[in-house]
Amino acid sequence: MSTMAEPAKDEARGKKALSAGARQERRLGWLLCAPAVIVMLAVTAYPICYAIYLSLQRYDLRFPNRAEFIGLGNYGAVLSSPFWWDAFWVTIFLTVVSVAIELVLGMGLALVMHRTIFARGTVRTAVLIPYGIVTVVAAFSWQYAWTPELGYLAGLLPSGDAPLTEQWPALWLIILAEVWKTTPFMALLLLAGLALVPEETLKAAMVDGATPWQRFTKVMLPLMKPAILVALLFRTLDAFRIFDNIYVLTAGAHGTGSLSILGYDNLFTALNLGIGSAISVLIFICVGIIAFTFVKLFGAAAPGAEVKR
Amino acid sequence: MAAAGRSHATRWAIVNVVVVLYALFPVWWIAALSFKDPSTLTDGSYIPTDWTWENYKGIFQTSEFTRALINSIGIALIATLIAVVLGTMAAYAVARLRFPGKQVLIGMSLLIAMFPPISLVSPLFNIERSIGIFDTWPGLIIPYMTFSLPLAIYTLSAFFREIPWDLEKAAKVDGATPAQAFRLVIVPLAAPGVFTTAILVFIFCWNDFLFAISLTSTESARTVPAAIAFFTGSSQFQQPTGSIAAAAVVITIPIIIFVLLFQRRIVAGLTSGAVKG
Repeated sequence: MSTMAEPAKDEARGKKALSAGARQERRLGWLLCAPAVIVMLAVTAYPICYAIYLSLQRYDLRFPNRAEFIGLGNYGAVLSSPFWWDAFWVTIFLTVVSVAIELVLGMGLALVMHRTIFARGTVRTAVLIPYGIVTVVAAFSWQYAWTPELGYLAGLLPSGDAPLTEQWPALWLIILAEVWKTTPFMALLLLAGLALVPEETLKAAMVDGATPWQRFTKVMLPLMKPAILVALLFRTLDAFRIFDNIYVLTAGAHGTGSLSILGYDNLFTALNLGIGSAISVLIFICVGIIAFTFVKLFGAAAPGAEVKR
Repeated sequence: MAAAGRSHATRWAIVNVVVVLYALFPVWWIAALSFKDPSTLTDGSYIPTDWTWENYKGIFQTSEFTRALINSIGIALIATLIAVVLGTMAAYAVARLRFPGKQVLIGMSLLIAMFPPISLVSPLFNIERSIGIFDTWPGLIIPYMTFSLPLAIYTLSAFFREIPWDLEKAAKVDGATPAQAFRLVIVPLAAPGVFTTAILVFIFCWNDFLFAISLTSTESARTVPAAIAFFTGSSQFQQPTGSIAAAAVVITIPIIIFVLLFQRRIVAGLTSGAVKG
């Protein structure tokens, strides 16, 4: 926080008050950060501005010479298309359901990792594997598991069922793959939050006769709120851009395509750069709204606004 | 008393086994699949009845896979190196120096880390084609900076904040030159954090799929996750299941090694920034 107050103080005291050492420190600080800042801006801010520019044009990759400025026409076309709204609701559904399941399972897993009396290292190592494994690999494992005549899970279903070719079963299988892969991450973030709950407080609650459930809901959850919100924010934004699992499991067929799949298809199958860019910009805006909602409404620790030292 | 303790232990043992099975079973399944020969591929058993290396031999004979493996390793290593070097400089400044704009830097890197990659794919596709880096290593390394650099800055600044920097002063008081203080005090203190960050960044680069299928068109820069999705099987009548399973296992090996060797550090690295943030 001290850094926030600094500029005001400096102004009040005038520039001369900044000692040569402090000025040197500032310059070194900026110099060390400059390369990272320049690279980050070059790889994100510039492309997103260019995407906005492209999204205002009629631009078909098959006829690049016929590109022309059409204002917000692409946005109108996208937002009035059922494809966008189908993908939008599929994405919202996948995000909300998988994050909700992950939160519950992740909390359970965190409690197991926190409380288990032995093999704590083994459990943590095992749990890190789904998190670290390449998403495409995991997605293929699930796909083969559900492929009739090949997989162990398809064998459990009545013969002739191919769950990945029907909308609802496929959506649930996508959620399953997503939950399997990312629950460990959720659990690790929650575990770090659990470590911040003082043991004495829990003991005190126990002495006062609180049941385990009361201890969990009245003592642990409130104390873990910041950790929970950060974990939810991270996972929600991450789930909203779901692509890999859907691409491998269903390729977006049978009404399972997310917004990222829609954007990808418009660019690489329909070869429509204008529409594809409009979708890109709209997804970016959605992500911005989600982040803003979390920070403003739920008071998730605003990224970077932490109080330090 | 002893009986109660034993039942307690049994309960935890069961819970632990369930967790471990949950985490490992899909990995085991695809590994088993990769060792089955085509005739028993569809038997659905969890342990191959006829173990075979055929699938592995098959993929290592095609440049489709070997080239992709080289691409994956090279691109992930270079992207990690750049991200960690730039990230270390920035994180050092954040942790040790007083200058305005620090919080903005951390906030900005977090925002960028949450950027939806699909939003970058369409502009990058056009930019990269016009400047001629489409389907090249730099063409993937550059977009990888969007997630690797913020991750590096975020994780490293969390690590660097914990370092007792006063030790450097103490070493100088004891008569060490600045170079000695840096080499003998600062480097050993900072190295674990830098190393952990490098592992995390590498895993993220290794994992990327969307950029890899969007910004490549041939073998020359396609990484393994993208190549797997395009596998066709050694003959047109054959499903590529065995090859995909074998390739999947090969690219999972480094992850397993990292996790086995550095479990504690990876957990620390993943959670350090998030909790205090």
